[in-house]
Amino acid sequence: MRVQLSHPERQVEVKGPKRVRELLRDLNLIQEAYLVIRGDDLVTEDELLKDEDEVEVRPVISGG
Amino acid sequence: MKCKKCKTKAVIGLPRHNAAFCKPCFNEFVHDQVARAVKSERMFGPKDRILVAVSGGKDSLALWDILLKLGYRADGLYVDLGIAGYSARSREKVERFAETTGKRHQATLLIHTVQEEEGAGIRELADLVNRPTCSACGTIKRYQFNRAAVDHDYDVMATGHNLDDEAARLLGNVLHWQEEYLEKQGPSLPASVEGFAKKVKPLYRLAERELAAYAVLNRIDYIVEECPMAKGSKMLLYKDVLNRLEIESPGTKQSFYWGFLDKQAKAQPAPVSMAEKDQATLHPCSLCHQPTTAEICSYCRMMARAKAGSLR
Repeated sequence: MRVQLSHPERQVEVKGPKRVRELLRDLNLIQEAYLVIRGDDLVTEDELLKDEDEVEVRPVISGG
Repeated sequence: MKCKKCKTKAVIGLPRHNAAFCKPCFNEFVHDQVARAVKSERMFGPKDRILVAVSGGKDSLALWDILLKLGYRADGLYVDLGIAGYSARSREKVERFAETTGKRHQATLLIHTVQEEEGAGIRELADLVNRPTCSACGTIKRYQFNRAAVDHDYDVMATGHNLDDEAARLLGNVLHWQEEYLEKQGPSLPASVEGFAKKVKPLYRLAERELAAYAVLNRIDYIVEECPMAKGSKMLLYKDVLNRLEIESPGTKQSFYWGFLDKQAKAQPAPVSMAEKDQATLHPCSLCHQPTTAEICSYCRMMARAKAGSLR
């Protein structure tokens, strides 16, 4: 699947199927600091992402 | 994952509440948390005019959206800090929100431009006075927000500080035992003296991730990129530490900050004491007449130093 990341903006390919929880763990990101977005929808940690999915892993923490 | 309330497919899990919600139930949860904050801290009433400090980020735009949807009379104030590229992009997000959602609710947007008022952007001003950019920025924003609220006769000024912001700030203050700052860390600060607007933080019951989720779910177009000045900030480090604790033990952030508020409420039963203290120590700045503890307020001192620096 294609995964869009920010700070800095980049794309990585990750082999699916994979649960959201496992995707974040593989990318070494903590759940509390990110949202996973597929299309216009948020996906929960237990959701199974398919190999052909495109997702955005969006950071939610700002420094202000 | 199923919604705790209506058992349909959930869009977000909230471990700290041992819950998950679908979009309509999550929106209801968010609105309810803000309504509870407003009521329990006596922030404002239905007739009050509220000025929301909006940056273009998720928290402040979500706050403006929520207050309008709850039926409050809320206008926005954007302070353009003149940070190359970033300010223009964030301003565009705010203006678009004001033209769509704001307009639908008869809300207006005020814009203050630091460059126009002081002749330089935030980065240049910070360099001239030899202060870290984020610290100079804090002084400028606090001053601008307060002055706009007072000048335009708003009853209260609201900022988008969330649970993560407040818990991280509390951690920083406790780590350095900055007890003098602890007193001012409540979600509702009174208009203690003439020239000081009442200041409230209606989002203190909501985590940063919940506000980002609210913005995404409600198609609020906010600036995702981080302010270029914030890179490596202590706040980001404190937030990361707290989030690592939160993952291991959900509810850590709220028990830390809300626990602090409970203790503070018990230790100081009278909010009057802060107002009395302010009345005893604050008086009008001899240059701009905004309240200050010194002869000349920190904003005017900073601008005077910046002007002196630019002449050298």
